[in-house]
Amino acid sequence: MTLYRFVMMIPRWWLLLMVVPALADEGIFDQYRDLMGDDNPAIFVIEEGEEFWVQSQGPSAATLEACDLGLGTGVTRGAYAQFPRYFADTDRVMDIETRLLYCMETLQGRDREVIAAKPYSLRGDFGTELEALVTWLAAESEGMTIAPEQAHPKERAMYAMGEEIFFYRAGPHDFSCATCHEQSNKRIRLQQLPNLTEHTEVAEAYGSWPAYRMSQGLVRTMGWRLQDCFRQQRWPGLIFGSEVSIALQTYMAVNATGGIMTAPGLKR
Amino acid sequence: MKATIYRMTLVMWIGVAPVAVSEDLASVIHASFSDSGQATLMRLEQDPLQQRCSQPRDKRVDDDIAMALRQERLNAVVFPEDGNFLGDWQRGSAVAASGRGLQSNDDPSIANGGNCYACHQLAPTEVAYGTLGPSLTQYGLRGQSEAMLRYTWTKLWDTHAFNLCSHMPRFGAQKILTEQQLKDVMAFLLDPNSSVNQSAEGPSSAH
Repeated sequence: MTLYRFVMMIPRWWLLLMVVPALADEGIFDQYRDLMGDDNPAIFVIEEGEEFWVQSQGPSAATLEACDLGLGTGVTRGAYAQFPRYFADTDRVMDIETRLLYCMETLQGRDREVIAAKPYSLRGDFGTELEALVTWLAAESEGMTIAPEQAHPKERAMYAMGEEIFFYRAGPHDFSCATCHEQSNKRIRLQQLPNLTEHTEVAEAYGSWPAYRMSQGLVRTMGWRLQDCFRQQRWPGLIFGSEVSIALQTYMAVNATGGIMTAPGLKR
Repeated sequence: MKATIYRMTLVMWIGVAPVAVSEDLASVIHASFSDSGQATLMRLEQDPLQQRCSQPRDKRVDDDIAMALRQERLNAVVFPEDGNFLGDWQRGSAVAASGRGLQSNDDPSIANGGNCYACHQLAPTEVAYGTLGPSLTQYGLRGQSEAMLRYTWTKLWDTHAFNLCSHMPRFGAQKILTEQQLKDVMAFLLDPNSSVNQSAEGPSSAH
């Protein structure tokens, strides 16, 4: 399948190379997306994710099919669109990535720390199991309404914390999330910036992750996206599954409530 | 302790926990990050300016504290010792184009960039410019009076001296750029020969 993936992608990459110099313009990636039509290399990652879900792994030789993603044991359809959410069994608000690790630990008997040590692929790698699972689960919510729970006090507290963190300025450049994402119609270099305080824009942005990043040849998740934002903010490294990561995802998801899940997206 | 009792009472009374968690925010933030290269946890500590500016745009108020902070920033600006504000505009152009520096994956032994193009239009020949800040194309038309030199230097050194809570980094005050790099960027903005002050088609007829 790897070779098939490679062959499938070549003609389109060539097309991009031919198009880039002619259209040094912010609309180029939209035009590329149009050229791609429904062909998103992420479809291969979706397949992989589904295979991982039903694959027996770990000391318990169990699949993830008994994992409760919030809608009941083994229910995957529509589950992504309602994250982050509170789980009584952990007494925590969890994003989908940390929930998957919880299931790998409890159902399969795998070591959470080992998986959390490298949740995302590096450039040049093939994607990780976690990335594949998240991509498949996002596809299982495609076309559905973004509807994170805000019934539990801990879910509301997580949103409030996310909002505070969003505006928290720190580091040598005084950057916060808001530096780039509290205004509409702005861009960095040629990169359009979504206003994550505005419903329509945050819905479009949040709903399009995870996404296939053309510049990296990989599917990236929202957890990865946040880590890379903080790197550019000149902050220290955001810990996978940390409160800040889940709080910011909650802030975005709740602001995006009512929007439509379009992931996996296709991005620069 | 009082706050805890108050919270618990509130929970009992209205049945939900209060959602404001400001006092816990710093500890949550510290627990969520780890040292990464030169980007250490020290960077999460806020100075009074960062604290003041960590609010949504529409909630910022211009009160006595804001005025005092602005004055404090203004007083702290360090002007070039030799009185010479203008360096080499071509070197300044390179500083403006470089976005590297101070990220966890950047090599600290290589000079930082100013990344001016991330947010500003400068030389009209560079089409890949951002729009978070105003266009500075033809900035040199403002001239090179002493007031203009000191104003521009101050904007680069610490923009908060004029516009508290501006998004722009404090390139001098935070030691992002060296004094020589700042002089070079000054020349990039103000030198009539600089590409900032040409038209897209060629040299400006004004010069």
